[in-house]
Amino acid sequence: MPPHVEFIGVEKTYDGRTLVVRNLDLAIARGEFLTLLGPSGSGKTTSLTMLAGFETPTRGEIRLDGRSLLRAPPYRRNIGMVFQNYALFPHMTVAENVAFPLSVRRVTRGDIGPRVRRVLEMVRLEGLGERHPAQLSGGQQQRVALARALVFSPALVLMDEPLGALDKQLREHMQFEIKAIHRQLGVTVVYVTHDQGEALTMSDRIAVFSQGAIQQIGTPTELYDAPASAFVAQFIGENNRLAGVIEAIDGPRCRVRLADGSTVSATRGLDLPRGAACTLSIRPERLHLGLAAENRLAARLADVTFHGDHVRLRVVLAEAAELVIKLGPRAAPHPLTPGQTVELGFDSRDCRALDAPGTATIDSADPAALQ
Amino acid sequence: MAADETAALRRRLMRAERRARLRAFALVAPLLAFLAFTFAVPLASMLWRAVADPELGTALPRTAALLRAWNGSGLPDEAVFAAAAEELAHAAQDKAAGLLAKRLNYEEPGYRTLILKTANRLSPPFAQGARAAMEAIDPRWGERPIWLAMRRAAAPLTGFYLLAALDLQQGEGGVTAVPAERAIFRIVLWRTLGIAAATTAACLALGFPVALLLARAPPRRAGLLMLLVLLPFWTPLLVRIAAWIVLLQEHGVINDTLTGLGLTRQPLPLLYSRSAVLIAMTHVLLPYMILPLYSVMRSIPPVYLRAAASLGAPPFAAFRRVFLPQCLPGIGAGSLLVFILAIGYYITPALVGGAADQMISSQIAFYTIGTANWGMAAALSAVLLAATLILYAAYARMAGTGGLRLG
Ligand SMILES: Nc1ncnc2c1ncn2[C@@H]1O[C@H](COP(=O)(O)OP(=O)(O)O)[C@@H](O)[C@H]1O
Ligand SMILES: [Mg+2]
Repeated sequence: MPPHVEFIGVEKTYDGRTLVVRNLDLAIARGEFLTLLGPSGSGKTTSLTMLAGFETPTRGEIRLDGRSLLRAPPYRRNIGMVFQNYALFPHMTVAENVAFPLSVRRVTRGDIGPRVRRVLEMVRLEGLGERHPAQLSGGQQQRVALARALVFSPALVLMDEPLGALDKQLREHMQFEIKAIHRQLGVTVVYVTHDQGEALTMSDRIAVFSQGAIQQIGTPTELYDAPASAFVAQFIGENNRLAGVIEAIDGPRCRVRLADGSTVSATRGLDLPRGAACTLSIRPERLHLGLAAENRLAARLADVTFHGDHVRLRVVLAEAAELVIKLGPRAAPHPLTPGQTVELGFDSRDCRALDAPGTATIDSADPAALQ
Repeated sequence: MAADETAALRRRLMRAERRARLRAFALVAPLLAFLAFTFAVPLASMLWRAVADPELGTALPRTAALLRAWNGSGLPDEAVFAAAAEELAHAAQDKAAGLLAKRLNYEEPGYRTLILKTANRLSPPFAQGARAAMEAIDPRWGERPIWLAMRRAAAPLTGFYLLAALDLQQGEGGVTAVPAERAIFRIVLWRTLGIAAATTAACLALGFPVALLLARAPPRRAGLLMLLVLLPFWTPLLVRIAAWIVLLQEHGVINDTLTGLGLTRQPLPLLYSRSAVLIAMTHVLLPYMILPLYSVMRSIPPVYLRAAASLGAPPFAAFRRVFLPQCLPGIGAGSLLVFILAIGYYITPALVGGAADQMISSQIAFYTIGTANWGMAAALSAVLLAATLILYAAYARMAGTGGLRLG
């Protein structure tokens, strides 16, 4: 059975000079929840728009159920889409909006009513059918958009930053509901967001975009625990970076010399040669204080902040590099006074040697600046 | 808080607000004064002239009072004759008699000479009595119609002009239609409404695609196209009409081209026809349709059409059910604007239309400039104003209740 959706060597340029999407190869399985994650301007919307049929690839092919979509106009693709600002028709009531895909498909009036009612129930908007979109809150409008994209039972639903306009609490609630609906209906969802937290909680797989190309694709755990580039490590989750040079290679491990001359043992995240510059990437929660560990570094404690469920320490290494440490409340020794010297410990499996800035195969911009 | 404290607080609030209100009023006061002087006053005086009937009261005040008391049966009694004869003889010296003669002539052609003749020849004292003296000058003074006409003219207000503007008249048996050979205004009114409706339809048919093009074009091209749309606004009206005369006349550009190509044997009668009026008026009024349409279309985000397509609507269905309904406010505003401007048109039909293409404004011009019949001109203006207001009310009602819906 072919993948549900397939991008094969897809390229897109609007102006004939810059590629907004480069050589995109992507296969999406039936029923999968796939997220396109990346900073703004990285080509996510463009990829989604080509799948929906509003833009045509300048090269390559997109297939749905193994059949090329090149000749299919958007209204024949049978793909549900939730737009960023919902695009609810302002002159129609909620019920008319939701009935729209059915009535253009010439579903009989007798069938439209129950189907609209059922889908409005699913998004918990029963009783609001006679309102106009302007009379609804942002969260309710979002549900109407969702209902309208689902009512004609498409096998594939596209969502372009559907929660971008909602406040944090509502956004988390809607993430949960969208996931529940996805599980209940078993539809394939292609979801676009620039919010890594949202991508991590919702997705089966995440494709990380940067500058029109996929940097890495994998499950949320794969991306978090084994980022394949400094860009991905930095974009997903919190991350500490240290610059170094590969001194020796030993199978999946390597020894890296830091700027101050000390060496640490790390996992090779990329196939970097001996002598290559690299970036070490360590998650803040994988650093600890004064425990037995493979690698130990002396540092000066800059400050301590209390967050209830954890404590964050900012430490400065001899080479003036700054690291953040996240400790569980029990793991923090007492007393901690800024200015004191501490000893950091971490294991080689939690420390990955990745591409150094400017040396990557893809010139990834600093994601922190892009966010 | 104690009650008197609250009251004091409320007073302070009112004082503060009153100052703000006064300041706001002072800011708009010049505009209000300007509007009152240039708009409200002329309008009110126009409406007043449509119903005012002062001529008899001015020329023959005592007679007017007596006629108002007369019950209208038979002939008025001797006192009325006496007052009329004396006042008519007196009025012969000033302009009032002339105005009265003109006014009564509207009631029945021929009354002008009757009044002027009688006024000139009467010379008191009347040896045989006033009635005999008047009947000696013209036997019509011994019959009822002139007295009934004068009785109608004696009231300070009259429905005469307004009825006449609708081809109605006040006869002895109530309001009746005027004889067909004298009915003109209703035909002209319907013609005016018809030409305005046809012009509106033509403007909509031509303007809608242009507005759509403008709304969809990238900003720089839209700016250039908008310049072309607005160009006619910067050309004087007469120049534009003259251009149409050049194009449409018997040996004009169009006819020369048609005969030159051998498509027609003789020149077509294009100028001084209904089509010339429609073409020229559509041309002049087109921007008034395009601008409101354009501004409404610009405010409709293109994402709605994408949403409609993603939901399965083919282009035409998306246009009809999603785009068009959202254009309705623009269609309504543009049509109303064009229609209301069109029903008041005067110069254009006068220059490129034939006798059968003249609109109600030409009648108004005729009565103001041609015959100085202010009452009739004012009544026709009032009818035009009423038609406009009715249309506007209908539009506001449809727009207000959302009744104008296609989707
Ligand atoms: N219709 C368009 N015409 C020209 N350039 C566009 C158009 N849409 C997007 N772009 C450009 O393509 C790049 C990628 O945009 P987009 O796909 O919207 O990124 P994302 O959704 O990841 O933020 C951006 O640089 C943007 O300016
Ligand atoms: Mg986007």
